Parts: sequence; C-alpha cells; structure tokens
Amino acid sequence: MLKLTFGDRFMVIMIYIFLTLLAFVTFYPFWNSLVISFNNGQDTMLGGVTFWPRDFTLDNYEIVFQDKRLVNAFMISVARTVVGTILSVLATAMLAYGLSKKELVGRKYFMVFCIVTMFFSGGLIPTFLLVRGIGLMDSFWVMIIPSLILVWNMIIFRTFFQQLPKGLEESAKIDGAGYWGIFFRIVLPLSGPVIATLSLFTAVFHWNDWFFPSIYITSENLIPIQTLLQKVLNSNTVSSQMSQIDAGAAAHMGKAANTVTGKSLSMAVMMVATLPIIMVYPFVQKYFVKGVLIGSLKE
Amino acid sequence: MRAESMHRRQFKGNQRLVTRYFRQFDLQMMVIPGLLFIFIFNYILMYGVLMAFQDYNIFEGMAGSEWVGFKHFERFFEDPRFLEIMRNTIVLSVLKILICFPAPIILALMLNEVRHMMFKRAVQTITYLPHFLSWVIVAGFATSILATDNGSLNMALEKINLIDKPINFLSIPEYFWTIIISTNLWKSIGFASIVYLAAVAGVDQQLYEAASLDGASKWKQIFLITIPSIMPVIVIFFILEIGNLLNAGFEDLLLLGSNPVLREVSDVIDTYVYRVGISDGLYSYAAAIGLFKAVISVGLLTLANQLARKSGNSLW
Repeated sequence: MLKLTFGDRFMVIMIYIFLTLLAFVTFYPFWNSLVISFNNGQDTMLGGVTFWPRDFTLDNYEIVFQDKRLVNAFMISVARTVVGTILSVLATAMLAYGLSKKELVGRKYFMVFCIVTMFFSGGLIPTFLLVRGIGLMDSFWVMIIPSLILVWNMIIFRTFFQQLPKGLEESAKIDGAGYWGIFFRIVLPLSGPVIATLSLFTAVFHWNDWFFPSIYITSENLIPIQTLLQKVLNSNTVSSQMSQIDAGAAAHMGKAANTVTGKSLSMAVMMVATLPIIMVYPFVQKYFVKGVLIGSLKE
Repeated sequence: MRAESMHRRQFKGNQRLVTRYFRQFDLQMMVIPGLLFIFIFNYILMYGVLMAFQDYNIFEGMAGSEWVGFKHFERFFEDPRFLEIMRNTIVLSVLKILICFPAPIILALMLNEVRHMMFKRAVQTITYLPHFLSWVIVAGFATSILATDNGSLNMALEKINLIDKPINFLSIPEYFWTIIISTNLWKSIGFASIVYLAAVAGVDQQLYEAASLDGASKWKQIFLITIPSIMPVIVIFFILEIGNLLNAGFEDLLLLGSNPVLREVSDVIDTYVYRVGISDGLYSYAAAIGLFKAVISVGLLTLANQLARKSGNSLW
C-alpha cells in the first residue's frame, strides 16, 4: 500500500465524517420513534424526548395489542404476505420454466406477448374498473391476484433456468419424468438463491402495500396493517389537537388513559408494522444484494 | 403446381405443429395459466383504456357508453389546474433527477474509499434499511420529526435559537418540495447505491496501481478512472430515469401532502388521476389523464434510448 498524501488523507477523513452523519440521519427517525413508543405519552408532550425514553412504559404496546382491530389487521398482513408470495413466485416460476424450453411451440410469440406489457401500463382507473368488473372488490384475493405474475421477475427466473446444467434434466427425462416432475423435483430445488431473492422482494411488496387495499377493500376485518396505520396516522395529522380522542378511547380500555396519547400510540403501531421487516432484514441482506445485481444485469 | 406443393407442405407443417402442440400439452399447461393472466390483466386492460374516449357509464359498462372522442383530453388541457399539475410533476421529477439520482453514485464512490470493513458494513446495513419500509412508515417518521408538538427538528432548531416558535413544516407550501426530496433521498440513497458499488468493485485494480505510481491523487483517480469506468451503468440508469420523468411520485405525495393547503404544490398527474378518478368518480376524465401520461412516457423512453444509442449504451 502506498502512502497517502495529505490531500488524500483529508478526503478520506471527510468521507468518514460524512458517512457517519448519513448513518445517523438514517437511523435517528427510526430510533426516535422507537423511543417515543416506549415513553409515557403525556411525558413526551412536554418535549425533549430524543435518544432515550425518559419515562419508560409498556402501556402504548399494551393498548395496541388489546385492540382487536389492530391484531386482526396484523394477521391479515401476515396471511396476505405468505399466500401472496408463495402463489406469485410459484406462478411466475412456472410460466418462466415453460418459456425457457426451446421446444415450446409458440415460444417466440409468447415472449413478445409478455414483454410488450412492460412498456405500457393501463393506469389506475382502468385497473380499478377491471378489478371491480371481475368481482374481486372487497375480498382477500384482491390483494393476491392482480399482482400474481410480474413479467420482470419472470424474465429473471427464465434467465436463471436457461443457465441450469442440462444434464440433470436429461437424465430425469430418460427415467420417465415429465415436465411437471422435473420442474418440481429438480428445477425448483436447484433454484434456491433466485427463489429466495424474488420471494424477498415479493414479500416486502405485499407487507408494505397499503394503497391498493385502501381503494379495493371496504370491510374493516380485511384491512391489512399498513392501510390501518395510514388511517390512524392520517386522522392524527389532520387534527393533531384532537388526538386526545385516542386517549379517550384508551380510557375505555383500561388503566392507561393518562399515560398514552395519539402520538405515542401511533408510534407503537408503526413499530409493530415495521417489526417483521426489521426481524428478517439481517438474514436476507446477502440475498437482496444478489437480487439487485441479477436484475440490473438484464438491463 | 409449385404453389400447390408449397401449400401442401405448409398444411403438413401446420398439422405437425398441431400434433407437436398436443404432444407437449403438459409443457403448454405450464404457460397457459400465466399467459391467460397476462391477457386479462394487461391486454383486456389496454382495451379498457379506451374508456378515455367515452363518457363511461358505470351501469352500462364500456359497451353501452357513448364515444366522445378527445373531449376529456381537451377538458384536461383547459382545466385551470393543468399548468400547475404539469409544473409540479416536472419540477419534482427534475429535482429527483438532479438530487436523488447522483446521490447514490456519490455514496458508492465514498463507500469504496472506506478501508474499515466493519464501518463500511455498518453504514451499508443502516442505509439500505429504509428501502424496505413502506411509505406509510416513512411518512410517519417524517411527520413525527417535523411535528410542531415536540418534533425533533423543531426542538433542535429552537435549541440553537434559529427559531423562537415551532414551524408547522407540513402545512407550508414553500417547504413541501424540500421535504419530499429529502424523504425520497433518505429512503432510496443506500439501496440505489448497491448497483454502483458493484460496478465500482468491477473496475480493474491495475489501473489504480498504475495511476498512483504516476502520482495521481485519489481525487484524480476517482474522476479519471472510477467515474469513466462506471459510466455505462450510470447512463443506463439515467435513461430509465428519463423514461420515468412523469412518475413524479405517488404514495409519498399522497401521504405527506394530505393537507389541503398543499394541493397547489403537491398535486402531480398521478395524484390528480387518483383524486378525480377514485375519489370523485370521474372515471373517463381520469383515464384520459392517465393515458395522456402513458403515451408521453413511452415517447420519452424512446427518445432517451435514441440519445443513449448515440453514446453506445442503448437499452434495446
């Protein structure tokens, strides 16, 4: 390693300072919300709660977990994420596998058929009317079916399948296995990394989507957590001075009336909605870095 | 005679195609559901877009609605809010291109200079995270930090005596664009840097060794080696960005711009489509605005690609 000149050293020091600041700015909003969610709401209103809870309490979470609506929304989100991810990845992989076979009759036309859709989207309103037209309105499946097949993911899967060694498939074919058997017993088990990566992105989409349920779903018991959270936060910003109403509702529920506020409750709900992402995040980092690179290779 | 035999061959070929099709029916069964799905959710949808040329009647459907030509397009161009909406769309997009596009490149260049692996990994882990949070959460964070009642920003500004009473940032139009760009930057900078970081890692190390033997400073090496080496990647992402020029944001604007006093700065094409279409139920009018946007977007993408082809890095 060559010795750094003064100018180089100065630049490196500036970079370290800047990156530290960036990490702080990125982390602080998250940390501050976590702190507020563990702090007495009335105490938070006095100001000055930043890095550490001043008046630690679990009341906010106690109320959140007692709220049936919230627990139900959380379960809907879990169900949607699990079902949506499995079905979407399976359906997309199946289409991709079929299209990866050179002997498929009509392959070239089918590919064009798929790729055209990437350049022109119908827009919000026609989609809305189509979904309503086929009777998916206000059902659990409206969160699963319209996003079942993503052409982009299909292309990534297809590229991966085409690169798999042919030998295994050939020998399975000689042993009398059909396309379906080969797909489920040989191809899918060999595709661990790409399945993991695409499942991750699909799952994150399903967990985070709040907008489509907000226009497609009217039944209270089908609303996922992000959509519910949006409603809670929105009612808060429009009338922040009226947030005592939430505290009033809390009084109905039990002891915590004088320790929670609209804000402290919202923060607790936000943390509950973020928790699953934070929990899987450390384990999946290597997959998403890989995933971004597969995706951009095609571009 | 010749034509006849060709016909016959063609016929035989078709017949063989049909036999082949049914012989591989199990393979075809794998693609039929997916293609059917794409047909419904994309091709029938494209037909549905034609409602922009109708006075769509929700009870009659498209078949029973009256065709009105470009009426809704004209109505949009004459809408008193047309110029304002186009301005917001373009200003927000251009600001995102000017700030949110180069920022991850700079971050990648900076991370590349970090030699302490622990530090580098920590910064990466923290800055990638916001990409995985929903806009609801990010908007919640922003609202909480910017709040008048003990939001961290107001508290900090009061502490250093820059202001004497809290500012309600989310209800003052002048601040809105800054808030939107900052939150977008906060959410996207780390994750978007992954691609550039990989590109930077792929640069031939011998170039740097040769350059430092010649006495080039790090600063010079970045401008003369690193940036030119990753230019193809930058150009490709820039093209995609140009094709997205009319996607000025949607969820971020809906969530952070919910206060009606912000409409004059927060309404872009997409949010306006949502408001007039879903909230007010003016389906044909909203669909026309959406189609207007889609057509311009395809045009922009083609144009950007032509520019890129001249520089030798085209998308297709």
